[in-house]
Amino acid sequence: MFRSLPVACLLTALASGSAFAEETLPAIDSGSVAWLLTSTAMVVLMTLPGLALFYGGLSRSKNVLSTIMYSYTSLALVSVVWVLWGYSLAFGEDIGGVIGSLAHIGLSGIPLPGSEVAANINMGLTIPDSLFVVFQGVFAVITVALISGAYAERFKFPAFILFSVLWVTFIYAPLAHWVWGGGWLARIGALDFAGGTVVHIASGISGLAVSMYLGKRIGYGSEKIIPHNVPMVVTGAGLLWFGWFGFNAGSAVAADGLAASAFLATNTAAASAALGWLGIEWYHGKSPTAIGIASGSVAGLVAITPAAGFVTPMASLVIGAIAGVICYFAVYYKHKMGYDDALDAFGIHAVGGVWGAIATGIFASTLITGPTGARGLLEGNPVQLWIQIEAAVATLIFCFVGTAIILKVVDRFVGMRPDPESEMLGLNQAEHCENPYN
Amino acid sequence: MKKLEIVIKPFKLEQVKEALTNLGIQGITVTEVKGFGRQKGHTELYRGAEYTVDFLPKVKIEVVLKEDLVESAIEKTIKAASTGNIGDGKIFVTPVEEVVRIRTGERGEEAI
Repeated sequence: MFRSLPVACLLTALASGSAFAEETLPAIDSGSVAWLLTSTAMVVLMTLPGLALFYGGLSRSKNVLSTIMYSYTSLALVSVVWVLWGYSLAFGEDIGGVIGSLAHIGLSGIPLPGSEVAANINMGLTIPDSLFVVFQGVFAVITVALISGAYAERFKFPAFILFSVLWVTFIYAPLAHWVWGGGWLARIGALDFAGGTVVHIASGISGLAVSMYLGKRIGYGSEKIIPHNVPMVVTGAGLLWFGWFGFNAGSAVAADGLAASAFLATNTAAASAALGWLGIEWYHGKSPTAIGIASGSVAGLVAITPAAGFVTPMASLVIGAIAGVICYFAVYYKHKMGYDDALDAFGIHAVGGVWGAIATGIFASTLITGPTGARGLLEGNPVQLWIQIEAAVATLIFCFVGTAIILKVVDRFVGMRPDPESEMLGLNQAEHCENPYN
Repeated sequence: MKKLEIVIKPFKLEQVKEALTNLGIQGITVTEVKGFGRQKGHTELYRGAEYTVDFLPKVKIEVVLKEDLVESAIEKTIKAASTGNIGDGKIFVTPVEEVVRIRTGERGEEAI
């Protein structure tokens, strides 16, 4: 999906409408299998407990369990949806460049170890298809969980469940198909190494749609609404940073030089973005804060996500630093805008994701992609930048509109916002009848 | 008998306790409190948003004393709790009508 070779193979296979012929399949590579098993587990750790702690700490104590439940339940819920029909919609046989077929519903046609068919018959990778299924599944999980940063502290639990099932089905699966499943964004040559559009722009802009639909939290702008546990935020950010190596370097879908290069770019961008946010916060605001350095590193990780396998270490340094600064201002100016993106899903993931998409179009380098590989603006290919912008805009529009439609449905069937009394009491108690600290 | 309510900066608690116990005082009650006086609040920053915190954390010590200890307790407390900066706190002195030790039923100065 992410490397030029498998993508080419995949497209050929999809175009001819058949799976790979046995004799053209690469051998299963034990190093790659080991790395992808590890990467998958690391991406799980990003959602739980990484994101759960990050978002949980940023919310008020009366809502911390509700916030944690959004992440935990995403892991459980989306994992189930994924094996039932999500994977098939994303990676099934292409239908018009828009969606995958239902051929793999219930993972039908995914080879199991006892079968006589080659383990990589569908994707033609050096890892078994079953590993690819779960690796992709945990990406869907974290994307759904990321949205909760926008609607935290005021979204009913039943509404969250219905919303998440519909969203992963009708937004995430098609989008993953467009970019990685041989859909139209892949065909026009959009570059997204590990999910800048599919994961970050998608979750950020959808979060904005939900937060606008729900309206502001009671007391927003008048009361002091501040994070209740900063060490929890920092612990979560640390687990995100760690897990992101699986996310980005795992997206090489092999244990090879590209994975190593993506790993290096990921760490470098996270570091320079952390410093970028810290610096601008110190200069423009008042002081360097712990939440600032944590938010900055996440912004850098978001921005390098689409670029990790296309850019040099020095480019990742620049991409990260700029991400830290622009995401700081995105979050800063949120307070002057009319929406309540509670924990900054939009300000960090959509803004950082759009920057990452654009940056990929600027910095993609043949030093990474090889002499015939992708190259960006700085190597004399402005078309790539244009394609990146096109992909980002398409994602923004599709997710915003699609999410708005889903919200109408959810509102109709289960209602979305807790009553004011419940909201003031806090959702730990109102929705879960539980207290975090006793 | 008098009661002193001493409101001080939290980090001065140990020194004030020391000073009072050195006078032979046998028991104090300590509460973490918040409030404001002439010292202004401080600001906190969260992701670029600045919040003014009006209520500052303080520690309140309550101690009941025999009349003859009051002046020296006040003097020692001032010495221990003072930083010279605004926000060092206050001491409120009030008369106490009766003291009862619950275990024995003793009353008055005996029970302090």
